[in-house]
Amino acid sequence: MKKTITVLPFILATLASGFATAKDVVNIYSFRQPFLIEPILNEFTKETGIETKVVFAKKGLIERMKREGKHTPADLVLTSNFSALLQLENAQLTQPIQSDIVNKNIPGQFKDAQGNWVALTKRVRNVYSSKERLGALPELTYEDLADPKYKGMLCTRSGKHPYNLGLIASMIAHHGEQETKTWLKGVKANLARKPQGNDRAQVKAVKEGLCNIALGNSYYFGKMMQDPKQKVWADSVFINFPNQTNRGSHINVSGVVLSKYTKHKANALKLIEFMSDEKAQKMYASLNMEYPVKSGVALSDMVASWGEFSEDAISLDKISENRTLALKLIDEVKFDL
Amino acid sequence: MRFSISRWQIVAWSAGIILTLPLIFLIFESLIPDPDVFDHLWNTVLWDYTFNTFVLIFGVLVLSSLIALPLGWLVAYCEFPGKKQFEWALMLPLAMPTYIIAYVYTDLLDYAGPVQIWLRNTFGWQNPDDYWFFDIRTLPGAIVMIALVLYPYLFLIFKTALREQSFKLVQASQLMGYSAIQSFFKVSLPLARGSIVAALALIAMEAMADFATVNYFAVSTLTTAVYDTWFGYYSLTAAAKISGIMLLFVFMFLSIERFSRRNKAVHERGGVNNDAMLYKLSKYHGFLATSFCCLVLLLAFFIPVSILVGYAISYFDQAFNSEFFIYAWQSLKLAAIVSCICVALSLFVVFNQRLSAKSIDLIPGRMASMGYALPGTVLAIAVLLPLSLLDNAVNQFVGQFMEEPGLIFSGTIVAITVAYVVRFYAISQGTIEASFSRISPSLDMASRSMGKTPGQTLSKIHFPLLRRGLLTAGLLIFIECMKELPAALLLRPFDFDTLATHVFQYVSDEQLELASISALFIVLVGLLPLYFITSSMESAKLEEETANE
Repeated sequence: MKKTITVLPFILATLASGFATAKDVVNIYSFRQPFLIEPILNEFTKETGIETKVVFAKKGLIERMKREGKHTPADLVLTSNFSALLQLENAQLTQPIQSDIVNKNIPGQFKDAQGNWVALTKRVRNVYSSKERLGALPELTYEDLADPKYKGMLCTRSGKHPYNLGLIASMIAHHGEQETKTWLKGVKANLARKPQGNDRAQVKAVKEGLCNIALGNSYYFGKMMQDPKQKVWADSVFINFPNQTNRGSHINVSGVVLSKYTKHKANALKLIEFMSDEKAQKMYASLNMEYPVKSGVALSDMVASWGEFSEDAISLDKISENRTLALKLIDEVKFDL
Repeated sequence: MRFSISRWQIVAWSAGIILTLPLIFLIFESLIPDPDVFDHLWNTVLWDYTFNTFVLIFGVLVLSSLIALPLGWLVAYCEFPGKKQFEWALMLPLAMPTYIIAYVYTDLLDYAGPVQIWLRNTFGWQNPDDYWFFDIRTLPGAIVMIALVLYPYLFLIFKTALREQSFKLVQASQLMGYSAIQSFFKVSLPLARGSIVAALALIAMEAMADFATVNYFAVSTLTTAVYDTWFGYYSLTAAAKISGIMLLFVFMFLSIERFSRRNKAVHERGGVNNDAMLYKLSKYHGFLATSFCCLVLLLAFFIPVSILVGYAISYFDQAFNSEFFIYAWQSLKLAAIVSCICVALSLFVVFNQRLSAKSIDLIPGRMASMGYALPGTVLAIAVLLPLSLLDNAVNQFVGQFMEEPGLIFSGTIVAITVAYVVRFYAISQGTIEASFSRISPSLDMASRSMGKTPGQTLSKIHFPLLRRGLLTAGLLIFIECMKELPAALLLRPFDFDTLATHVFQYVSDEQLELASISALFIVLVGLLPLYFITSSMESAKLEEETANE
């Protein structure tokens, strides 16, 4: 009993600290690591005086919001991929983002018609190839990854990672289920090792000679170039943009939704507007090596140096429709096992 | 017989039921039919996952026994160089989170890691076909990693049990001509069986709940299936179904544990054991013993720590962050609160088991222990289910009179605290149950016959005798709380970061280097209670000896 009594004040004090809320604030649930978005948020606070608070988790945030219902403290949600945006919309946790600034900044294909979600950056699903052993592959297609001539040469992260899922879903959208399944089997047969690690780890493996080609997002390449230890890895590969001869490279987006039950709507809108605008878009480009969504924003020098490329113009909704099917195919061919 | 409910029963049953509520909600969730996703998994990968889970658990149990049992016996009974230091040092790996040790060893032993690069450069090998090197990112790799950080449970509990056994029995076995090894297998092991099984049950549950390591090593287990179904197929129901299967396993573990202890109550306290050890090892054997201890420590603690220190030095500018102290303080506070609650609750629950001697009173403790095997994120949602209902009810009620208070349970540190208590209660239940079972019931009878109430018996007789067990339980929970990640990540309110959540944002991007200082902090802060407990155990031993004289 004594123990409980001594512990009680502790609990109360800690509880009380949770209640202290500042007035000018935006509360963010984020699927992206805080350190990636911190510079942009700091800039926002400097300009507007509005403080930002972040809860970061890679999994379960949407479920948490569902359970919190109308009491949720979240004002907006930042996601790292497109399917999370749609899932939030489907769970009816969003409300339309009504802003002339956002409408002007973001082209139609990168926002929901009703404004339930808005994309902020683009990233390409690239294929890296070993400079030493394969050279640049300007004509490569995603379809080629199943070509037996690459047997034992391919490295990738888990097939179930949202970035790979998006790619596989887009293959289904273009080629149908059966053909994609055959393709996926072929890709699996070409793997140099069981899918593992993140996109950087694949480049590292190419550098060390374990594989010759690897799937990876564009911005990782830029980030590696900036890290003294990882630059050596990035230097060992070419970054290729697949399917330039036909439909263009697969792209995914990061984005934002406005919480249906936000209690700081004006502030949240201000932040969304800020993120869609020139300055933040430029920061995304220069700090995170992503492709800005707002047209006319300059790429970072490094990203620009990778050259022009054409994007797969298929709508994000269409890809998203095939997501579950993609997941099932991965289980069926036991891609990750 | 008159039907009556004691105050102890009320406390024990309410604790049991409250701690089980999240699981009950989860089970209800799993009853909603969702055949599509579940059938698909059943037809494709579920069997592979289940098989991997079994291999993982079995491997971890075998390997941690191979490490911990000899170590415990050596430290408890033998005299060899460095023994005094090893007694506490061998607990150190417990402070090492699995997601850190897995990360560090992958970095070190991967094909692209320094060890293999060095081998290739030295021997002129060109590519993977030129030589064979074990692949760390595999099921066996995961088994080794998990066993290296979990063996201290068994070590600690086995060592304590050996100490509490009377030396006389082992001495008697020696007189009858048993060699040291024979008496280990024929006397010490059987006598400590209850404790060993209790420790193994804990290890099994923890191994089953692990997500960080298996995920990082790309090994698919049932935990993976839970995450896939939930975050891939968006089906909480199917995820809850798989969690239900896992809970069945847990129930099985706990029943095995119970079964192994049936009619085997060994009520004994050595007490008079003096510091002179049973076996004084020869120079050669002593050297072997010391080397074995060193090897385990090196692999499980010093190599990972020195690599972390290396990261910290080379990435100091990016990794240093003055907010560590806030995170460390928040982690410490949370861990302390949770340990106290768990220990207090399980003391009452186990005491009620002892008082009533009816098997129905075993239920609260069993039920409350099941949370240990749930993967953290699933547990987090399971905790949110009842808490958010409670919050809604409170808001509706209070909202009639004044402004709604918002999420006072699910949106505050209460949620994390509850989740941790549900998750780690099993540790205190197991440890305290084992300690209680070594107290002879004749003491209770004597106390009661002298007119003492159960409460007085608990505080005057049991509490002093249990002190070591209580401290041990508190310590283990404290360290687990410091390391716990997924539940904290998902349940934390704004402005509340623990060391683990801070480290995770970098680990999740495979850049532990940038969080190496925080990672070292987790280990260091975990060492504090280890030191505190070891020293207080020493003084407890001294007191006992003085009392016995």
